[in-house]
Amino acid sequence: MLIVRALTLGARASLRTYLDFEKPVAEIEAKIEELAALAEASGADAISQGVELSRLKAKAEKQLADIYAKLDPWQKTQVARHQDRPRFRDYVAALVTDFVELSGDRKYGEDAAILGGTGKFLGRPILAIGHEKGRTTQERLKHNFGMARPEGYRKAVRLMDLADRFSLPVVSFVDTAGAYPGIGAEERGQAEAIARSTERCLTLGVPMVAVIAGEGGSGGAIAIAAANKVLMLEHSIYSVISPEGAASILWKDSGRAKEAASAMKITAQDLAALGVIDDIIPEPTGGAHREPAKAIATVGAAVAEALDALIPLSPTDLRAQRRERFMAIGRFEADALSA
Amino acid sequence: MNWLSNFARPGLRGKKPDEARETPDNLWIKDPLSGELIYRAELEAADWVTPSGFHMRIGPDARFKMIFDEQAWQKITLPKVAADPLKFKDDKKYVDRLKSARAKVGREDCMEAGYGRIGGAHAVVLVQDFDFMGGSLGMAAGEAFIAAADAALRRKAGMVMVTASGGARMQEGILSLMQMPRTTLAIQSLREAGLPYIVVLSDPTTGGVTASYAMLGDIHIAEPNALIGFAGPRVIEQTIRQKLPEGFQRSEYLLDKGMVDLVVDRRQLKTTLSMLLTVLMHKRSSRQSDGEPIELTELAPTEAEATGQERRKSKAPRAKAAE
Repeated sequence: MLIVRALTLGARASLRTYLDFEKPVAEIEAKIEELAALAEASGADAISQGVELSRLKAKAEKQLADIYAKLDPWQKTQVARHQDRPRFRDYVAALVTDFVELSGDRKYGEDAAILGGTGKFLGRPILAIGHEKGRTTQERLKHNFGMARPEGYRKAVRLMDLADRFSLPVVSFVDTAGAYPGIGAEERGQAEAIARSTERCLTLGVPMVAVIAGEGGSGGAIAIAAANKVLMLEHSIYSVISPEGAASILWKDSGRAKEAASAMKITAQDLAALGVIDDIIPEPTGGAHREPAKAIATVGAAVAEALDALIPLSPTDLRAQRRERFMAIGRFEADALSA
Repeated sequence: MNWLSNFARPGLRGKKPDEARETPDNLWIKDPLSGELIYRAELEAADWVTPSGFHMRIGPDARFKMIFDEQAWQKITLPKVAADPLKFKDDKKYVDRLKSARAKVGREDCMEAGYGRIGGAHAVVLVQDFDFMGGSLGMAAGEAFIAAADAALRRKAGMVMVTASGGARMQEGILSLMQMPRTTLAIQSLREAGLPYIVVLSDPTTGGVTASYAMLGDIHIAEPNALIGFAGPRVIEQTIRQKLPEGFQRSEYLLDKGMVDLVVDRRQLKTTLSMLLTVLMHKRSSRQSDGEPIELTELAPTEAEATGQERRKSKAPRAKAAE
């Protein structure tokens, strides 16, 4: 009996991956599981056990809320990269009906680091594009950890062409450490592919809403994020270079990524203040990975609202809005300068 | 009267503080390929291409001088931007890095724009200076690009972008990333107006610059043996853990892979640009024949533009590549 319980416990514990800074919560939650299992086994004194359990649960909840209320940029980076964080496929499965995945760039090949297809986003006909990192080792390899090659960006361009032709709003999900740096990628014009994809976003005559869902890594991210409205999850990050990359350039030491993360201002809160993103989508206490369904639903509602505001606009107005949106970025002190 | 006569020609006028950095430079410069010592004046006369064909890195003034007709151009005043919005600091404060770069190069940031004629065709030339913080793309460079494209639009001129950059400026974080879509929008305006946008890729051009305005030209010209790519060679080597092939990410390789239209020796660059611009802008040639005054009325040139006070002696390029 005891052994079975231990096994059950082990199995339960293994379901959740705790980040380093979540350790206090992990300890309480382990205790909760232990108590629950004990109560189940002995059946004794159910009332006092129940009281103790709810006390511990409240404590864990509070602990978690406290930790997540003041995550530093490096901790957010870890949350943004959490293996259980909702991925493109999870969003599509929950929010898009009649989804038909479309493949290939019609030029060279298929790149599963960026996925896309048509469907109905909470009822609205759309085209969805997004980075997919995958979760299991096999999936991660298949999706190349969400690091796209030129074919991924050219597929995105092709799908955006399609969206434009059939008046389908584009919803994009950004979650990449960056575009893939490899010989083949360079050979086939990685830079050009990214530039063209960014350009295609900007010339769309249909609404485009981008969600920075996990990691927004550099050019590989902006290539599908030059949208009318850019939303960002509360604990996502979005940066010009990964914290590790910045650290290795600044200090020749990628171990100083934590410092680089702080210096670069990569959190949703910082980016909202800089006017780079339009809205922050709140995550459940403890991050989107703790309650994926809830997180996905909140994202769905935010995207739907953004789409509904943009859909009535004409192609000309949509392009103009996008132009104004991006041209305004960084001009926040223009008045002060001219004064 | 020539339309440019209002403006000073590059000469010995308008001493600027940055000239200080010219004097101590070597009189003799080492050819990085052959090791041969070359007399500075000779090298300058050869557009900073060594006898062995090595193209040395050069700055905006040398570039303008060799590209524009009669070595004459009007400087375009570039917008000022908010300094250090992130209050960035690594080992040094970003504001201090900016200060020393400005003192070294004698310019606010890495871009400089000029307007003049190339083979008679009106053109705005924007040059990125690798000597200023590695030519990194930040807000100033982005705004410079937008201003140059805007100047080309208002003057119905072509635009030539000479790139040299290690990529985005990390010290401006996401705001430098945002220059990718912003410059792309500026190119879009040129496209809509039917004005040519020609990119001259010089050594080196990598990162976010390549992944935006450097790869969106109507025509891509590369200087011989320039390093051009998205990821830097070191990053790729670290990722794939193998040595990169000889000539990888060099101009000739990009030509072979279909990413650039032509690789042009710097001494033929002006001729090539003239031929391209005059043909691409053939519809405008009737309105913009040689010697005719240019409509500047709506432009309300800034003081610097109007008086030509900003003109200065063509600076000698830094022999950076020789190091």
